[in-house]
Amino acid sequence: MRACLGLAAVVWSALALGGCVSVSAPDKPIVIELNINIKQEVIYRLAADAGNTIDENAEIF
Amino acid sequence: MNMPVNRTKLRRVALSAAAVALAIGGVAGIAYAQRDPAYDAARKAGQIGEKMDGYLGTVGSASPDIARMVKDLNIKRRAVYAEKAQAASATLEEYAFTSGCLAIARTAPGEKYQAPDGSWQTRTGAPPIRDPRCP
Repeated sequence: MRACLGLAAVVWSALALGGCVSVSAPDKPIVIELNINIKQEVIYRLAADAGNTIDENAEIF
Repeated sequence: MNMPVNRTKLRRVALSAAAVALAIGGVAGIAYAQRDPAYDAARKAGQIGEKMDGYLGTVGSASPDIARMVKDLNIKRRAVYAEKAQAASATLEEYAFTSGCLAIARTAPGEKYQAPDGSWQTRTGAPPIRDPRCP
């Protein structure tokens, strides 16, 4: 009987907790999330190479 | 007596041939590097802007022709970024973002670019508002 009550309590609290969790859809584009992960040191390392790439492909830049 | 004359003539012919080859090469190089006139006009008119992510975007409501042009140019940019990123051991996003920093810096006054808050700005004579990580 006590075990039964304990089980019921666990199930109830789990349900209550479940009710508290709110899931909301992300309102920001994922692209910006990716940009945050780009480190400045990487950008500085690539800068000269990217500059040459723009010069070499001037018709699309 | 005839030999030196022939040599001089030969040298002249060779030199002028080289000059012609250089001229043709130079013209071809410039033609290759130029923007399509329609693309250039749309940039100057502020209908196409440089985005932070290294790609082009349409500003406001764009005509189907301009939307198609932007899509086409972005596909070409992505292909270039992918190739160069792999060569530089970087990710596509890292390489594209770096190129975006530079492309925004190279916009001419009157052209549109995307500021870090996502808004479209018109380039003035002053430096553009860029991401603090930009070189």
